[in-house]
Amino acid sequence: MGLVRLQFQREWRLLARARSEALNPLVFLIMTVTLFALALDGQAQALSRYAAGIFWVLVLLSSLLSLDGMFRRDFEDGSLEQILLLAEVPFLPIIGKMLAQWAATGLPVVLMSPLLGTVLQLPPEALGPLAGALLVGTPTVSMLGAVGAALVVGVRRGGALLGLLVLPLYIPVLIFGTAAVNGLAAGTGGVAQIYWLAAMSVLAVTLAPFAVHAALKISLENG
Amino acid sequence: MNGLKTLWHRLGSPRWFYQMMKPWQTGLGFVALVALLVGTVWGLAFAPEDYQQGNSFRIIYVHVPMVVLAQSAYMMLGSAGFVLLVWRMKMADVAMVAIVPVGMTVTAIGLFSGAVWGRPTWGTWWEWTDARLVSTLVLLFLYVGLYALREAIPRAESAGRACAVLAVVGLINIPIIKYSVEWWTTLHQGATFTATRMSMPIEMAAPLIVNIIGAYCLFGYLVLLNMRTELLRRERDTKWVGALRTEVIDGV
Repeated sequence: MGLVRLQFQREWRLLARARSEALNPLVFLIMTVTLFALALDGQAQALSRYAAGIFWVLVLLSSLLSLDGMFRRDFEDGSLEQILLLAEVPFLPIIGKMLAQWAATGLPVVLMSPLLGTVLQLPPEALGPLAGALLVGTPTVSMLGAVGAALVVGVRRGGALLGLLVLPLYIPVLIFGTAAVNGLAAGTGGVAQIYWLAAMSVLAVTLAPFAVHAALKISLENG
Repeated sequence: MNGLKTLWHRLGSPRWFYQMMKPWQTGLGFVALVALLVGTVWGLAFAPEDYQQGNSFRIIYVHVPMVVLAQSAYMMLGSAGFVLLVWRMKMADVAMVAIVPVGMTVTAIGLFSGAVWGRPTWGTWWEWTDARLVSTLVLLFLYVGLYALREAIPRAESAGRACAVLAVVGLINIPIIKYSVEWWTTLHQGATFTATRMSMPIEMAAPLIVNIIGAYCLFGYLVLLNMRTELLRRERDTKWVGALRTEVIDGV
């Protein structure tokens, strides 16, 4: 556990010092939400009807921005190699890194979501479900995204490839996330979808570190 | 048990594989040709017309084999990826190289023929709330992703193992994706037949079964062809390929 905590702290400190990098996805999300609200201005009805879906898509897209740099910095300065060389259970620091990544990019989105949801004309009763669904859904996004990021870390212009690799894998999160928000807001159920999101997150947190570890080893051999 | 072990080791030898699979490839190609010819002519010309869908139902003789194959191919791909990651068997990588383009094409044909069939049957080309349509589309994306990832990584060995990781992650995800889309009420009719139950008269089903067998044989033929070609490419500097080359030149 010590390794997880240490890596988490290191990562957190690095992200706090490179603030623009960490906040980039959030700024992107705010910008695109604003653009959607502007583009569909005057049609508040339509906007509020599709807001949950739009918001989830934008969250998934914005996650790509931060994932691209997730391992790249450590890859370039060689510290990634040192992490993998740790003799005992090398995926513990990787878990720490992934959790820090989520805390720095997923959590702010959860916290900002009531405000951004209001911008998208979501009714007040949908804001709680939106934040809740994001809270249990975004870990899956971070974990699956980390697998993709680890695969393309050594590839030039990997960012474009990253989207192709991970967006199809995000589809269940998008479906359950949107259905949960719409269902809970309309009072027609949606708790089951929240459970599904939580189950997928648990599964992703459990299995993804292994895949990330394998992918990073491959990428390092390549570099 | 011992024989199995020997076979496993032999499978790892490119030269043995190249030579042993030659008759298999020819045989599968021949069976595929005959089965597809018989099944298609039978299905398109002689099978009875559907009392509801008329002649348009006949596209299942193309559509169903392709879609069934698309999923099987991905299962094989995922298994090959697993074998490559766990036992580092190079032949599994060769198999993955061979399967991806075939699987991608088959999935694309399956999607296209399904859309063409859907138009007269349900009055729509595409239905986003249908689990099977969407999960097949995702399957196509996964194939494209695997193809692109291999192209992007210059070193062949790393590319193969990176693809293996992605293939295994995709294998875990496919049932989740399918289940998630099934949440909505679905428009797609239930599976036409399963191993135990048939909802189709035998005169209609028989050509379909023949075509499915034919499609699997065609798949086997194409994969073996790709694998053997890839083996020649990878082993081009070895003695046995050199001997093969002189043989061909002498023959001419």
